Amino acid sequence: MEGHDKITIVIGVIGADVHAVGNKILNYTFTKAGLNVVNLGVMVSQTEFVEAAVEADAQAILVSSLYGHGEIDVKGLREKCDEAGLADILLYVGGNIVVGKQDFNEVEKRFLAMGFNRAYPPGSDPALSIKHLNEDLGK
Amino acid sequence: MGIYLLTDFGSTYTKMTAVDVEKGAIVAFSKSFTTIETDVTEGYYNALAGIRQQLGDFTPKASLACSSAAGGLKIVSSGLVPDLTAKASRLAAASAGGKVVKTYSYELTEFEQEEIVKIKPDILLLSGGIDGGNKKVLLQNASVIAETEGDFFVIVAGNRSASGEAQKILEAGGKKIILCENVMPAFGKLNIEPAKSAIRDLFIENIVSAKGLDKAMAMMDMEIIPTPLAVYEACELLSKGSGSEKGLGELMAYDLGGATCDVYSMADGLPKSGAFISGIQEPFAKRTVEGDIGMRYSLHALYDLIREEGGMAEFDPEEVADWLNICKAAPDVLPQGEHAKFAPIDASLAGWAMRLSAARHVGYVERIFTPSGEVFSQEGKDLTRVEYIIGSGGAIINAPDPKTILQEAIYSPRDLNALKPQKSKILLDKENALAGMGLLARSHPEVALRIMKSSFTEI
Repeated sequence: MEGHDKITIVIGVIGADVHAVGNKILNYTFTKAGLNVVNLGVMVSQTEFVEAAVEADAQAILVSSLYGHGEIDVKGLREKCDEAGLADILLYVGGNIVVGKQDFNEVEKRFLAMGFNRAYPPGSDPALSIKHLNEDLGK
Repeated sequence: MGIYLLTDFGSTYTKMTAVDVEKGAIVAFSKSFTTIETDVTEGYYNALAGIRQQLGDFTPKASLACSSAAGGLKIVSSGLVPDLTAKASRLAAASAGGKVVKTYSYELTEFEQEEIVKIKPDILLLSGGIDGGNKKVLLQNASVIAETEGDFFVIVAGNRSASGEAQKILEAGGKKIILCENVMPAFGKLNIEPAKSAIRDLFIENIVSAKGLDKAMAMMDMEIIPTPLAVYEACELLSKGSGSEKGLGELMAYDLGGATCDVYSMADGLPKSGAFISGIQEPFAKRTVEGDIGMRYSLHALYDLIREEGGMAEFDPEEVADWLNICKAAPDVLPQGEHAKFAPIDASLAGWAMRLSAARHVGYVERIFTPSGEVFSQEGKDLTRVEYIIGSGGAIINAPDPKTILQEAIYSPRDLNALKPQKSKILLDKENALAGMGLLARSHPEVALRIMKSSFTEI
C-alpha cells in the first residue's frame, strides 16, 4: 500500500509565478528522498493547494515563490486550510518570498505570524526542509 | 439485401432505422410509442410493421438496440473535492451513457441521503481520495450509503487503500457492490475507463432486465446498450474515422431532447494559444448531460435558468408561461397549427438550452497579469478550433429554423472567455441517425461512418 508510512506533501509555485526550474528540482529531490510528492507545478492558486492536500491527505504543503509577490499570494492560506478541515497540516514557504533585500529574521516572523510553520530564505537546501518535516511530524 | 434493424427504445418513442449494409444506406425509418409499461416488444413490432410497410416483407440480417426507456440509466456520483474526484466521477458516469442526476462532494449529508432515496438511482458511483490519499470520506460515505434505502448497485472507484474496507461496510449494509479502479489514482490524473466499463457491464447484465427490457434483449443479436453510449460511440467514430474511411476530425455534437441536453466533444482540448492548464486535463472524448435542460420534461427548470441569466426578456412572460404549461400537459406537442404563435418562444428556449449546456461543457480562459507580462490560464477544454458541430435530437431537427438554434453553440462576444468553437461548420442529423449509427458501428464501422458523412447535411 503506497504512502502508508511515507510522508505525503503537496508542492507548487504560488500565484502568477511561472518559475519552473526550482519546482522541478524540489520535486526531484523530495521524491528521491522517499516522500510522496503531489507536484502542482507553477501558477498554483491557494485553492488548488488546499484541494490537492485534501484529496491526497497530505501532511504538509510546501509553497514556493520566486517573483517577490509571495507575501501577498500566501495571505489567508492557513485560514483556508482550517476551513477545509486541514487543521494540523504543516505549511512551509520558501524562495524569494518578499520584495527586495530584507532582513530574513523579520521576514520569517511575518510568515510565521501568517500561520506558516517554517519559512526559508533564498538558496536554502531542500535537505533542510526534509529534516524539518521529519522533526515536525515526529518521525 | 442485408438489412440491419437499429432500434432506439426511447422514453416516449421506439425509433427504428433500417440500414442496407450492402448498399451502405438508410432505407427506412419508423417510430411507434414505447410500451415498456406492458411489453416492450409491442412497440418494437409496431415500429417493425412501419418498416415493412415501406420495404415489403423481409428477414432482417441482424437486429441491434439501445435504450433510454424507463428513465434511462440513472446514476448518482460522488467524490471528495468538487473539482477533483467528484468531477472525475461525474465524467466517468456521463461517458458511460448515464443520466447523471446528481454529483455529491465531501461527506454525504442526511439531506443528500434522502435525496438519493427519492432519485432511485440504478447505480451509485462512489469515489473520493487519490490512491494512498484521503480515506475518511470514502469510508464515511460508504457507511451512509450502506444505510440508504434503495435497490441500486454501488460501484466503488475511489482511494485504493480504502476500497476494501468500503466494500465490507457496503456489503454489511446489504448493498450490491462492484470494486473498480480509482477514477483519479494520482492527483489530476483521470482514469475513467474502468468505471465506465463497469457501468456498461452492469447495465447490460442487470439493469436491462430490471427495466423490463429482457424480452427485447432476447431478440437482439448484441446486447442492448444505453442510448447515450451509442451516440458517444458514433461521435467518436465520426471524429476518428475507421480503416480507409476518414473521420471529420475534431467535432462537437448536441443532442437536445425533451428531458436532457447531451453535449459531446471529440477534441484534445489542449490550449491553442499558449495558456497554462489549471485543474484536471479532460479527456479527448467527453460527454456532459444536463438534466435540468430539456425542451419538454425539464422546460420549467430550463426557463428558470434562462431568467437567472436575464434572458428571454423580449417575450411576454404570460405567453411563455402558457407555452410552458401546454408542453407540460402534452410533452409531444409541437409549435405548429393552433400553437404556431409559440414557435418563436420555443426556438428561443432551444437556443438558450444550447447556450447553457455549451457553457457547462467547454473550458474557460482567464487572463492574469504578472510582473513578467500577461499570461493565460485555462480550465477545461479549449474547443475554439473544433471544425464541426452536429445537431441532433427531436427539439433541433424538428425545429423550423435549426440553424439559428445551433448557432448558439458557436462563440459570440457575449460568451466572454468561454472556449467555444469559433468557426465551425454546422451539420444537421436530420434523420436522427446518430444512435443507430453508434449501434451499427459495432459490426460495420465503415458503413456507419459513410452513412453519417452522407446523411448529415451542412446548414
